[in-house]
Amino acid sequence: MFLQQLFNGIMLGSTYALIAISFTLLMGVLNMLNFAIGELFMLGAIIGLTFVNFGMSFYVAFPLAMICSGCACLIIERFSFRPLRNAPPLVPLLSTMGFSILIGSTAENIWGSERSQFPQWIEPIDFHIGSVLISSTELIILAAAVIIMIGLDLFIQRTRIGRGMRAVAENIDTASILGVDSNLIIPVTFFASGALAGASGILFGLSFSIVSPFMGMQPGIKGIAAMIVGGMGNIRGAIVGGMLIGIIEVLSVGYLGATAKDFAVYGVLFLALVVRPQGILGMLQTERERI
Amino acid sequence: MSIYHLDIISALGINILLALSVYCPMVTGQLSIGNAGFMAIGAYITAMLTVHLHMPLLPALIAAGIVAGIIGLLVGFPALRLKGIFLAMATLAFGEIVRNFFMNFLEPLTGGAYGFRGIGSDPISVFWIWGWVIFFLIFLHFLSRSRMGLAMLATHDDETVSELMGINIVRLKIGAFGLGASIAGVGGGLFAHYYLYIEPEFFNVWKSIYMVLFVIMGGMLTFWGSIMGAAIFTLLPEFTRILHDWRGAFFGLVIIVLMIIRPSGILTRDMFRWDFWRPSLKGAKP
Amino acid sequence: MNSTPILSLKDVDKNFGGLTAVDRLNMQVFAGQICGLIGPNGAGKTTVFNLITGVYPCEAGAIHLSNREITSSKPHRITRLGVARTFQTIRLFANLTTWEHLLIAQSFLTRAGVGRRLLPDRQREKELKAEAQEILSLLDLWEDRQRKAVTLPYGSQRKVEIARALATRPKLLLLDEPAAGMNMRETEDLLHIIAKIHAQKQNMAILVIDHDMDFVMQICEYIFVLNFGIKITEGTPDAIQQDEKVKEAYLGKEE
Repeated sequence: MFLQQLFNGIMLGSTYALIAISFTLLMGVLNMLNFAIGELFMLGAIIGLTFVNFGMSFYVAFPLAMICSGCACLIIERFSFRPLRNAPPLVPLLSTMGFSILIGSTAENIWGSERSQFPQWIEPIDFHIGSVLISSTELIILAAAVIIMIGLDLFIQRTRIGRGMRAVAENIDTASILGVDSNLIIPVTFFASGALAGASGILFGLSFSIVSPFMGMQPGIKGIAAMIVGGMGNIRGAIVGGMLIGIIEVLSVGYLGATAKDFAVYGVLFLALVVRPQGILGMLQTERERI
Repeated sequence: MSIYHLDIISALGINILLALSVYCPMVTGQLSIGNAGFMAIGAYITAMLTVHLHMPLLPALIAAGIVAGIIGLLVGFPALRLKGIFLAMATLAFGEIVRNFFMNFLEPLTGGAYGFRGIGSDPISVFWIWGWVIFFLIFLHFLSRSRMGLAMLATHDDETVSELMGINIVRLKIGAFGLGASIAGVGGGLFAHYYLYIEPEFFNVWKSIYMVLFVIMGGMLTFWGSIMGAAIFTLLPEFTRILHDWRGAFFGLVIIVLMIIRPSGILTRDMFRWDFWRPSLKGAKP
Repeated sequence: MNSTPILSLKDVDKNFGGLTAVDRLNMQVFAGQICGLIGPNGAGKTTVFNLITGVYPCEAGAIHLSNREITSSKPHRITRLGVARTFQTIRLFANLTTWEHLLIAQSFLTRAGVGRRLLPDRQREKELKAEAQEILSLLDLWEDRQRKAVTLPYGSQRKVEIARALATRPKLLLLDEPAAGMNMRETEDLLHIIAKIHAQKQNMAILVIDHDMDFVMQICEYIFVLNFGIKITEGTPDAIQQDEKVKEAYLGKEE
C-alpha cells in the first residue's frame, strides 16, 4: 500500500517537478516570478487535446503543443518582462497575473468550461512490481518526464546557450561583457519555461484524465511551492521539491483522507517558508544591507 | 433607485473594504495574497454567530473582525522575516489553508464544501455596508495623517533607515497586517449577510489576487487608490457589457497594459499635493 | 572643553571572515569638535561608522558615547542615545516630502505609545514642529519642504539627509562622504552649511569621512588617518599635511 502510494506520489511529483523547473528557470536566470505558468500548463494540455481531436498523432501533437505554450511564454516576455526591466519586482509579477487572467478567460471562452480528457492512445498494460501496480501509460509518462528533465539538465550544463543562461543567472552585466548575448538567452529561457509548463500539463492531463481551462491554478501554485521548498533558481532543487510535494500530497490523501490533501501541501509550504526559506538545496543570498 | 443599482453599490462597498484590507499591509511594504482567507474567517464566524447563536449582526461583525485581526497578528508574526515573494507565497499558503479548513471541517455548522445557506432571510441594507466603509475610511484617514501613518510609508520606502530612526518596524508591520485582516474579516461578514450564501470556493486564490489588483490599479500608496481600484473593478463590467464573456480577458489585458504605462496605479500620492496641479513657478534650481 | 569625550573607541577590532577591517582602533571625539576621518579607499572608514552605529558588531574593544557603553547596542537604541548619520549613497524615503523626512526622524522624540500616536500631544508636537522648521531654515530647505525629497537636485538631497539626521537631536553627527558626487558649487554650499550647523549647535560633535582632502582640511579641526584598518596618525590639519606616513599611505612609498 505504501509503495503504491509512493509510486503514485512520484508520478504526480514528476509533473510538479516539471512545472517547478519552469518557474525556477525564470526565477534563477532572470529573477522573475511568472504567475501565468499555471495557465501555460493548462494551455499545453488543452492545445494538445485539440490537436489530437483533430486527428493528429499523439507523437506530433505533443511536441507541437509544447511549442505553442513556449511561444505563448514569448508573448509574456514581450509584455511582462521586456518593458518592465527596471521596474520594482512587484510590477512584472502583477503583469503576469494579468496574463494569467487573460489566458484563463480566453481559454474558457474558446474551449468552454467543461472538463474533457485525452482519448486513449496506447493499450494500457498493467505491470506488477512487487505489490505495486503500474500501467504502461504511467510508465511512459514517467519516462517522458525523466527524459525531459535529463535533457534539460544536459542542455544547461553542456551547451553554449545553457552556459549562457547560467552566466546570466549569475550576473547579467558580467555575462554580456563575457560575450553572452542576452538577446538570445532571454527568449530561449522564456520559451523553455513555457514549453516545459506545456509538457507538464500534457503529462498531467494524461495521468489524471483531466483537461479543462481551470486545471492550471492548483498545479501552478504547487509548482511555486515546489520551487521554494526545493530552493529557488535551482533546477535540481525544483525536481526535489516537485517530488516532495507530489509524494506529500498523495501520502496525505492515502493516510489522512482526501480532505487533508491541500492542507498538507500548503502547511508544508508555510512551514518551509518560516523555517527555511532558502529551500532544501538553495542558498539564500541574504541581502546584506550595505550601508 | 433600482435593486440593480443597489446591488452594484453594495458590491462596491464590500470591494472597497477588501481593497483596504490589502492596502494596510502593502503600505508597510508587505504584499499579501491571502486576504481571502481572512475574509472567509470573518464570513464564516459572523454567519455562525448570527445563524446558530442568534447574535445580532453588529456584535457578530465586531467579534469576527477582532478574531480575524488576531489571527492576522498571529500569521504576521512568523511572516515578519519574509520579504517580497516569500511573504506573498506564505500568505497565499495561509489563504489556501483557510479555504481548505472550511471545506473540510465544521461541516455540521457550515455545510462544508456544499456551502452555508440561509444566512438570515433578508439581505442587509446597503447602509450597513457603507456604514462600515465610511468608518474604516475615516479611521484610515486619521491614521495616514498621523505620525504612525508616516512611519508606515517610511517603512515601505526604506526599512533599514526607518529602523535606524527608531521606528519599531516589527510592531508596525504586524499591526498593519492585523488591521488588514480585521477589515477583510468585516468585509467577509458583510458579504455573507448580503448574499446570504457562502462557500469555501468563493474565498480562493483568485479572490485574493483580485483584491490585490484593486489596490494596484487604483494606486498603492494612498487609500483613495483602493477606492478607485475597487470602483473600477466593480463598475467596469457594467461599462463593458458588450464584451459579454470577454470581460474577464479584457480585465487581464487592462492589468498588463497598466503595468506598462502606469505601474504605480492611477492615483499617486503626488496628486494630493497642491504643487502637483500648478506648474512650478520657481523653475529648476541651477 | 569637557574632559569626557562624546565618542570614544578603545582597542576596537573588526573582522570580516579572515579579513581585518579595523585593527585595535583608538579614537576620541569631544563635544563641539568637528573631526575628520580620512584614509585611502578600503581603509575601513565606513566600517568604523557602522561599528559606532551598531550595524556591525565588533570583535573586541569598547565604544562609548559619553559615559555610556554602546558597544553591543542595537542601531535604533544608538540613534535614540544621540548618534545620527548620513550615508555614502544618499538614502532618502522615495515617497516622502522634505518636511516629512524630518517628521519621521522625530518619531521617537514624541515618546508616544501605540494609542497616543494617533492622538498627538499638542504641546510636544508644537515644539517638534518648530524645531523642524528651524532646521530646514538653517539648511535653506524651507522652500522645498513640500516637495518630494527625491525630486530635489543632488546637493539639496544631501542637505535633506543631513536635516533628517539633525532632527533626531544628535550629540554626535556622522557624515559619510557628504561631498561625494557633488560639483564645485554644491561642495562649497555644503561646506558653508556644515559650518553654519557647527556654529549653531556648539555642543554637537561632528565626524566627517571624505575622500576630498581639501574638503576635510577646510572644515575639520582634528583629523584621524586610517590605513588598512589601522590608525596611522592623528592631529590638526597642518600636522597631517606634513606627516610622511600620510603621504605614503595615499601616494605609496617613495622609492
